[in-house]
This record gives sequence, C-alpha cells and structure tokens, in this order.
Amino acid sequence: MRTAKELEKLAYEARLLILEGVHCAKAGHPGGSLSCVDALTTLYFDEMRVNPENPKDAKRDRFVLSKGHCAPALYAVLALRGFFPKEDIRLLRSIKGHMSGHPDMVNVPGVDMSTGSLGQGISAAVGMALAGKYKGEDYRTYAILGDGEIEEGQCWEAFMAASKWKLDNLCAMIDVNGLQIDGKTADVMPSEPLDKKLEAFGWHVIPVPGHDYDAIRAALKEARETKGQPTMLLLRTTKGKGVSYMENSAGWHGKAPNDEQYEVAVSDLRAHLAELEA
Amino acid sequence: MGEKKATRAAYGEALVELAEKYPRMVVLDADLTQATMTKFFAAKYPERFFNCGIAEANMTGIAAGLSTCGLIPFVNSFAIFSAGRAFEQVRNSVAYPHLNVKIVGSHGGPSVGEDGATHQMNEDIALMRSLPGMTVVVPCDGNEMKQAVEAMLNYEGPCYLRMCRYATEGVTDLMPDYRFELGKSVTLREGTDATVIACGIMVPMALKAAECLAAEGVHVRVIDMHTVKPLDEAAVLKAAKETGCIVTVEEASIVGGLGGAVAEYVSEHYPVPVLRHGVPDEFGRSGTAAAVLDFFGLNPEGIAAKVREAIRLK
Repeated sequence: MRTAKELEKLAYEARLLILEGVHCAKAGHPGGSLSCVDALTTLYFDEMRVNPENPKDAKRDRFVLSKGHCAPALYAVLALRGFFPKEDIRLLRSIKGHMSGHPDMVNVPGVDMSTGSLGQGISAAVGMALAGKYKGEDYRTYAILGDGEIEEGQCWEAFMAASKWKLDNLCAMIDVNGLQIDGKTADVMPSEPLDKKLEAFGWHVIPVPGHDYDAIRAALKEARETKGQPTMLLLRTTKGKGVSYMENSAGWHGKAPNDEQYEVAVSDLRAHLAELEA
Repeated sequence: MGEKKATRAAYGEALVELAEKYPRMVVLDADLTQATMTKFFAAKYPERFFNCGIAEANMTGIAAGLSTCGLIPFVNSFAIFSAGRAFEQVRNSVAYPHLNVKIVGSHGGPSVGEDGATHQMNEDIALMRSLPGMTVVVPCDGNEMKQAVEAMLNYEGPCYLRMCRYATEGVTDLMPDYRFELGKSVTLREGTDATVIACGIMVPMALKAAECLAAEGVHVRVIDMHTVKPLDEAAVLKAAKETGCIVTVEEASIVGGLGGAVAEYVSEHYPVPVLRHGVPDEFGRSGTAAAVLDFFGLNPEGIAAKVREAIRLK
C-alpha cells in the first residue's frame, strides 16, 4: 500500500501530464481534470485491480469516466500506471495519434468505456456492475461523474437502476467542484442537497474531501464493505486544483493555457512536487 | 402465402428458442414486455432478463456496459424509443465503440395504427443506417425473423432489428430451404421489366403487386432486402442492369431508409430510375393499421401503380 504522500506525488506528476497534454493540443479540459485527478490516482494506484500487461483482463476492476471531457486526467493516470508511454499524452486531441479528445475504449489501452456525451457513462457502469452480479464475478466497478453532468436526467435513471439491482459492487463518485461551463452549478441548475437526494434514491452516500488521499481511501474501503446498495462518494473538490490561477475558475473548464501560462502552471506543480520530495 | 403472423410474435418466440443455445444472450426491456413480446423470455429466464423501467436512455447504456463484459444484450422497446428517443445513446455508447449490442425496435412504421403519429416510427431505418458500423435488419415474416435473430447472435457488433405490430402473410415460411444470411438479399420472383426492392411487411405486398402486374403482362422482379445495411449492392446493380428501373418499398419514411440506400447506390454506380415508395415526408396519423397503410398507398395497388410509373420513366 502506498502512503498518502506517495499518492500525492503521483497525482502531481499526473497534473503535469494533464497540463502538458492540454498545452500541446492547445485545447482540452484542465479544470475538471485537475479536480478529479486525486481520486483517479487513488483508484488506479491503490484501489483497483488492473493489469497494464493485459488491459482487457476479464477479472479486472472496471472504471468509467462518465465526465468524459476529463480524458486528460484519465490518460495521465493510465500512462503513469503503465498502460502506455507517458509521451503519448503529447498526442492528446491530435490527428496524428490515438489520444482522442474524449475517452476511447477501442484505441486507448486501459479505457473501459468510451464516454464524452454526459450522462451516458454511469449507465454503462451500471451495466458492468450488473454483469458482475449476473455472472457471479467479484470485480468492482467505479465511475466518476461531474456535478454539472448530473443535470442530465439519464444519470438519475441510472441511479434508480443501480439501487433496484442492489449493486454493492458499484462505487460512483461525483466530482463536486461547484462549477460548470456557464458558471456556478448552484446558479446554472442547483442540484443540492446531493446527499439527501442520493440517499432517497437508495445509495449509501459518503461525503469526502476530494483532495485528501487518506479520506478517499477510507471512503473506498467503506464502499467495499457496504452491502446491498451502491455507494456514492461526494468528492468536495476545487476546480483547477494545483494550478494557482486555474483554481475555482469556470473559465478554465475547457481552455488551454498559452506558453506563458503553461510555464506558470508547470512551476506551480514542480514547486509542490519539490516540497513533497523535501 | 403462409399464415399471418406479426414479426414481433416470431421474435418473442425466437428469444426463448435460442436462449439455451446462446447462454451469453440477455434481454432488456423498458416496461413494454407485453407489446415487445419479451414477456415469454422474461417468464422463462427471469435471471437473464432486466426490466429497466421507462428509461430507454439508461437501458441502452446498461446494455453497452453488459456487452463490455461479454454478454449479448437485446435492448427492447418501441422503435420510436429504442431508435428514436435513445438515438444518441445508441450512437455514442453502442455504435461508436462498436459494441455487441442488439437494438430492437418493435412497432416500427405506420402499421402501429391507432396510437397515431407520436408512436409511428418512420425514421428509424434512416437513423440507424446513418451510424457507422451499424447493421440494420428488417425481416419480412416469422421465419426470416427467427433466422435473423440467430444470425445477429453469431455476428459480433451492433445491430438494429426492426419489426412491426401488424400481422402479414408468411413468405419465407413456405420455402423449406430458406437460409437467412446477413447482407444477402433474397430474390423471391424473377422479372425483367422492373424490380421491386422491399423490406419488412411490404415484401408480401410486393409479391401480390407483382402478381397483379403479371396479369397485365408486366414482369417484375421482387427482392426481399431484409438487410438494409450493409446493402446487398450486387443484387441492386444486377436489378438496375437487367430490369432498367427500381421501386423501393418500405413501411417507413421515403427519406433516408431503404429507398435512400438504393437510390444512393444506383445514382453513383448505374443510374436508372429509382422510385421510393413509403411514407412521404410527413408524420403518420391515427386509424386502424390497414387504414393507415392504405392512406399512404402501402398496399399491393399502391406498389403496382408505382411500378407502372417507374416503367414509364425507362
């Protein structure tokens, strides 16, 4: 088991890759990638049973990035975990490569479901968990949704279904960073109180400080031990986390930094890594 | 012609008959098991049946997830919902990753009848055909339907299976050696003056039209184009060359469906007159199935008139 500090180092290396990818592509979604990358790192380096040598291993745990626009975060973590070379991140969104702008299960090793159209990934995750129950297999299924994404009604259809089939092998998370493209989620379409709503839908709900590795790990353990219902982690996060000028700014939802801004971001992230290594 | 039976009834039987042979098959429905005929499978194999409630978008996504784990899901609802309401889910969660999901649209076309325009799905063939890698099948009778279901189980990839509510006479039922093959059309009647290319319940009507025309001395080839995609291009080219004009007939919109597929191919490879017979570019209406079909000329007389018109254009 890795220490929280080790996970944090990996997550900050992933942040560097996210920025590198988005900067090379001159497009992409850094804000939400930076808010969910700590949970993703914890999943792939601490929680999930995956095999980079055999990405389609039938016994593996599954992960669906329902907020598919945060592909840079998923690709960065998959690269660090050894599914493909880290240099591939430079092909993000490029016609020259296989690093599609949204997760592509056909061409990107380690991606379990093609996503990008909001609201659809969680349904696929429900299907994966249902298949596990039906076949009597012990793999677990994980998914991350955005707090803007859950404005899509399909998410709530999926929440109902997961509860109907008592999918305790499913652990979903909402990256509650409070912002979406047009501004504050509370203004665009208020969704709180999420805990009460999801509990009413039959889920076991755990509020989690979304950049605290020990807290994420403890919540994942609690999810594993919860029987008879699916678990939802409400990750309270900061959009743009780790890059000073991107934090809590809706403007950085889907925009790439220019060269100068990229240098600032890299120096922010490297400074933090240096602190961790000191 | 064979006994009258709705293709959806044969479909319901096929699921049960094929269940043991294909253990990876699972069935999903959205609260329409009585109408889609999945109720027989649901009763016999409750552990392999998932009722998703009235939530077709989610049902489609669940099927995608099930298929990534090695199962072969059949997703059932009225065509207006499985192919229409959930179109974008079919596109992005099923067709784009080329998953082994079978989308089933029951109650296709105006023969839905009394429920009227909101439930008469005339655009499904066009919509599904527009998706890269999607196989689109519209069987003409019970026998063909059952064989089509098995062919889909043996094919790895996304499929759309269209059926309808209305019972029509069997065609292939009476052909003991009939073997369905995806993408391979069936020439049911030879002729040299014109070719009718039909799918679904328009096939038996096309045969009747050909019979009427034969009495007038007009010899019409009739092709059962059960697979609209991939289109049996060789059969279409042969028909264009040998009969000089084509009439397409489908119980669906003339925009983009079988007629679109044939016209696109013929115009690029061997231009001859192609007339599309189907629901014109308008919505359906309430009435008995027979009355609505008659209203749109989707009957042997309507088909015969279209053939005469095509021959005049040669």
